[in-house]
Amino acid sequence: MSADDPQQVPRAKGGRAPDVFEPGGWVPMRSHSQDEEVDFVIVGTGAGGGTLACKLAEDGFSVVAFDAGPYWRPLEDFASDEHHQSKLYWTDERITAGANPIKLGANNSGRSVGGSTVHYAMVALRFRPEWFKARTRLGYGADWPIDWQEMWKYYTEVEQALTISGPINYPWGPRRPRYPYRAHPLNEAAKLLARGAEALGIDWTETPIATLSAPKGKAHRCVYRGFCVTGCSTNAKQSVLNTWLPRALTAGAEIRDLAMVGRIEVDKAGRATGVHYHREGAWHFQKARNVVVAGYAIETPRLLLNSACEQFPDGLANSSGLVGKNLMVQLNQAAWGQMKEEVRSYKAPPSLTISEHWNYEDRGKDYFGGWAYMSQGPLPITWVKELAGQRGLWGQRLIDEMARSNHNVGLKMVGEVLPDERNRVTLAEETDRFGLPIAKVEFSYSDNDRAMMKHALSFMDDSLAAVGATERWKEWDDTCHLNGTARMGDDPKTSVVNADGRSWDIPNLWVCDGSVFPTVGGVNPSLTIQAIACRTADRIKALSARGEL
Amino acid sequence: MANRFPGYDVLAKRDTLSWNDKTREVIAERLAMSERSDLLSDRQRATLRTAIDRIVPQPEGRAPVNALALLLAKIADDGSDGHRHHQLPGLRACYERGLDAIEEEAKARHGTSFHLLDGSQADLLLSAIERGDVCSNAWGDLPPAIFWGWRLLPDIVSSYYAHPSAWSAMGFGGPASPRGYVRIEGDRRDPWEAVEADDGTLIPAARQNKHVG
Repeated sequence: MSADDPQQVPRAKGGRAPDVFEPGGWVPMRSHSQDEEVDFVIVGTGAGGGTLACKLAEDGFSVVAFDAGPYWRPLEDFASDEHHQSKLYWTDERITAGANPIKLGANNSGRSVGGSTVHYAMVALRFRPEWFKARTRLGYGADWPIDWQEMWKYYTEVEQALTISGPINYPWGPRRPRYPYRAHPLNEAAKLLARGAEALGIDWTETPIATLSAPKGKAHRCVYRGFCVTGCSTNAKQSVLNTWLPRALTAGAEIRDLAMVGRIEVDKAGRATGVHYHREGAWHFQKARNVVVAGYAIETPRLLLNSACEQFPDGLANSSGLVGKNLMVQLNQAAWGQMKEEVRSYKAPPSLTISEHWNYEDRGKDYFGGWAYMSQGPLPITWVKELAGQRGLWGQRLIDEMARSNHNVGLKMVGEVLPDERNRVTLAEETDRFGLPIAKVEFSYSDNDRAMMKHALSFMDDSLAAVGATERWKEWDDTCHLNGTARMGDDPKTSVVNADGRSWDIPNLWVCDGSVFPTVGGVNPSLTIQAIACRTADRIKALSARGEL
Repeated sequence: MANRFPGYDVLAKRDTLSWNDKTREVIAERLAMSERSDLLSDRQRATLRTAIDRIVPQPEGRAPVNALALLLAKIADDGSDGHRHHQLPGLRACYERGLDAIEEEAKARHGTSFHLLDGSQADLLLSAIERGDVCSNAWGDLPPAIFWGWRLLPDIVSSYYAHPSAWSAMGFGGPASPRGYVRIEGDRRDPWEAVEADDGTLIPAARQNKHVG
């Protein structure tokens, strides 16, 4: 074990944290003692927790944010290598069950300061406005307790903070401001989506994406190396790690890396008093006036359930019985084919073009919900697992097919799964290395999901056919993203937290991550999670000013 | 299939701007990995080696891929990928049971060890496991198709395609940091990318690929 191995020895301590923009660099960090009752402890530093840590610190609150993962400096720690970079994933054991067990760990779970945004595909999309009132306006799922006009303002804030590169005019939905940076040039995979959409008579656009198309501060623009989903080693990717968190540190937040929170303590009066966390081989306790859980849709319910105590035997914030329920993935099925020309989709970010046509068009559907589709650029290990697992290739046929990868073209959907209480996170009997019960995750596709897949796969296949792709095939089983399990709402009986992310049962316990989503829509969730975090921070500031915290 | 990228070697770029220090470090470690002999029984390792040889044959005319070494290291760690199918035991136990079951299946069908079967016999046996169509009692409550689809197959193909020889054989650009790429349009390549054998250029691919770097 090396003394500077960030997976073994915490880096953020002793009044300093890593400077993510300089190899070996440091920036000053405010430190709090464990006996100091800080204003906010935040569990998790991803899209929800990291964003919130920044906003609350900038509002003058004292903040300590915990993350179970390491604090990377991408320039020195990240290799161009899928295998090695699996160190960015949450690979602790989780049991996966149900009729269609989800493959967890890679594309849907991160274990790093900065959370999954360190390895996300950077696709930065807004919800369709009607989704915030899906039950009332569209007849399915549940309504959000938040209004789309309010969210539009927060989306803009996040797009500015992440310096999103995007098109001049976005073809769908209400007007939105110009994206801060110009769109990226299109790689061949992206052009093939565009040509297919043109042939089928629907709109497409350059994907709004969180990687720089021009320099910003110490980060230069994207070099199109194509390893985005295994971590960006040049800092062009605008992740929570290199956007919100440097701001958070400047504003006085403390971040504790390699710190696994195992239990939230609640006093006799039914208020959270702080968190028990494991760091450097021992358990510690940090006092806090407020606790925010931001561990994403599996670790958040796991922590709430693992914190069960005398007053709350079914877990914290769980009087509705909904903690862990309504887990929603998104459909990630794909159509693939071969082109005569060389596509070499390993170059540039994988999803440079998109069509949200079927997010905004409901006519002609025999199912609820929407889906988008994007161009693809799978790296070798990802691709070989799809060819082997989904197409059943192995032996020389697999090796030969892999040798044709440079001609491969694909379109992949991000499709809306409806909330269903049978899809859920519970605790298994098995425990992890900290002695904490691990999560059991159950998921099954619904008839609605299957109808959506069928339509999407057929449509994407038509698009590939229209550009001359041959030997086309459909990948029927893949999912991405995790949401739900601590849904927000207006009614304590049917939700876990209110519109502000505040739990109904424990007034100083909050949730701020994708768990709060009542519905998921057909877009990647990271922009919405960050927008919710910005809104939660504003609400906390307003409540604090009124003495209502 | 004939070598589509003659003369192309991702490793030729090791000392260029396409490889950063961290990449050089982790790939050097991987290339130097040897097969652990202190893990699993000799018979289990022989079974796994044969399964790997059938599922991912070695690339023609290139340095061999040490997929077994990488997979044995994974089994030694006995960690997780972040999920475990509810019908499977933990990683190492799963391999011990699954490899024993493959061996027993070979004995039940052919009266001999799996690693002694000829190629087509071994392939037929693996196909049967893939379909869940087994006859040995040794499987017990280990579902063969789930062992195949959730453990054996993804682990083996992932280990193989973690090796530079496998990348070279498929014409993948390989590591690409910090230089990345400039020409991202169709039918265009940067001078540090592979040339495909039958792409119709006047200069033979094998000659061009010698200068990729």
